[in-house]
Amino acid sequence: MEKMKKNLVIVGGGPAGMAAAVAAYDKGERDILILERDTALGGILRQCIHNGFGLHRFGEELTGPEYAYRYEAMVKERNIEFMTDTMVIGIDRERTVTAMNKEHGIFRIEAGAIVLAMGCRERPKGAFNFAGTATAGIYTAGTAQKFVNMMGMMPGKEVVILGSGDIGLIMARRMTLEGAKVKAVCELMPYSGGLARNIEQCLHDFDIPLLLSHTVVEIHGKDRLTAVTIAEVDGSRRPIPGTEQTIPCDTLLLSCGLIPENELTRGAGIEMDRVTNGAKVNADRETDVPGVFACGNVLHVHDLVDYVSEEAAIAGGAAVRFLRGETEANTLIELATDGKVRYTVPERITEIKETKVFFRVGDVFRDKKIVVRAGDEVLLSKKKQKFAPGEMETVTLPADALRKAEGKTLRFSIED
Amino acid sequence: MKERNLTCIVCPRGCSLTAVLDGDKVVSVVGNACPRGKIYAEKECTHPERTVTSTVKTADGSVVPCKTRTPVPKEKVFDVMKEINEVTAGNVLRIGDTVIENAAGTGVDVVICANKG
Ligand SMILES: Cc1cc2nc3c(=O)[nH]c(=O)nc-3n(C[C@H](O)[C@H](O)[C@H](O)COP(=O)(O)OP(=O)(O)OC[C@H]3O[C@@H](n4cnc5c(N)ncnc54)[C@H](O)[C@@H]3O)c2cc1C
Ligand code: SF4
Repeated sequence: MEKMKKNLVIVGGGPAGMAAAVAAYDKGERDILILERDTALGGILRQCIHNGFGLHRFGEELTGPEYAYRYEAMVKERNIEFMTDTMVIGIDRERTVTAMNKEHGIFRIEAGAIVLAMGCRERPKGAFNFAGTATAGIYTAGTAQKFVNMMGMMPGKEVVILGSGDIGLIMARRMTLEGAKVKAVCELMPYSGGLARNIEQCLHDFDIPLLLSHTVVEIHGKDRLTAVTIAEVDGSRRPIPGTEQTIPCDTLLLSCGLIPENELTRGAGIEMDRVTNGAKVNADRETDVPGVFACGNVLHVHDLVDYVSEEAAIAGGAAVRFLRGETEANTLIELATDGKVRYTVPERITEIKETKVFFRVGDVFRDKKIVVRAGDEVLLSKKKQKFAPGEMETVTLPADALRKAEGKTLRFSIED
Repeated sequence: MKERNLTCIVCPRGCSLTAVLDGDKVVSVVGNACPRGKIYAEKECTHPERTVTSTVKTADGSVVPCKTRTPVPKEKVFDVMKEINEVTAGNVLRIGDTVIENAAGTGVDVVICANKG
């Protein structure tokens, strides 16, 4: 088996992997290799042809492919090495990366540091249990996005969408523009999982009804889908008898959440966060295995690629500091949440310096505060009109505040 | 005076806006966290616009992403889509190449969003 050595190996060539590589290069590292299993760099953005990317990062509104191209150009300008059509099949705690491609077969790389940037995938059909057997005509929204935007094929003409995540909303508009009739978007929860702007421009613009607290209870059709039965649900998300209605359709799209793709991470026995489904990391995005970093959607699901790039630059820069022996591994502060705040990234702090913490809430809260405490002392309290599960929030903790919290647990809560 | 509630779509923050209208003139806007929200509300109440993103066929049978270079009047969106679905682009394309000039009479070009060939 072929063996190689690299200072920095990056797994995944999406926006996270590319931004990590560029940041590492700009910090002075030259021995970098990006491994990507797809035929080209760019990740999932290659199929996200709508606009709205890059407002934070580039100050202009780009489509997904244009955003990805900006980073691809930066990778190529710097002559950063990358291999496409190359699948990583394992990593271990000694930072050995096992990968395969046509040219090298199965090969090993001894890496000085690793950045994990494998992205996420959609919750598949098997995760749902509705009555009925039809299979043709049921797709995840992301699969439909790939069909329409990359292969130029329409999956159907009459569509119902289950789940109001952003990809489902974007596909409601996309299929409508291509001549399909989107009859309804059903959302199990009493609030939408997508961004307000997408509800506005993808549903309201085309008078597509958003049915909150509704789910699909039955699918009809022998081979190809012919209709779905939907029903309203109660506070415990159980269908309410008597509220069923049947909607004829040939296509059901599922847009019910994304799951970080962490088989490799788990395989290496890296400590995971049960809420994010990603690794537990410090502010450098370093996992509990020294020299192994994670960023982007593999760490926690982001709604905005701009934040993915920002986080990846942190991880890429930190990987270089690790290679130079400049990082700290000992946990000084643990971060904890009250359940209303579902999770924070990072989950621990190893250096006292200004730290930006990303978090998500578990429900919609209006006119509440995010409060950060160390013991009884309030370190930070910030009021907001609205917190929603669909939108990632941030707070920046100054070094002074963190100094007071050393050795303690920082508690994040939503309060009146 | 009339009030109209809007969701700003300019950036992902999605501010809830309230525009106060005198006839069809916007006299004030509240709820916007930045000046772009005010401009959006004024446009949305008088002549709403949208950027159209889609794909065009290429000569070799694949598709490439495209968009209107700037937003077009909202009522022209389907007319622009119709023109996009009627053209075939070449096999060698660069980001920013024009595929349709003056799409559906809007004065706005449709341009390519990915490199090919
Ligand atoms: C279907 C879908 C649609 C989305 N639409 C939007 C949107 O409209 N707007 C938005 O802001 N965000 C959207 N997102 C979120 C989007 O994923 C992020 O904004 C961003 O693309 C995440 O970047 P990433 O690099 O972390 O992941 P990705 O873009 O997913 O990139 C991960 C890369 O890693 C590669 N990879 C994975 N495993 C391996 C392996 N074992 N070996 C080698 N390579 C591997 C993958 O092939 C992929 O190229 C969408 C996500 C999905 C799944
Ligand atoms: S008002 Fe400004 S901050 Fe609010 S959504 Fe519009 S552009 Fe974004």
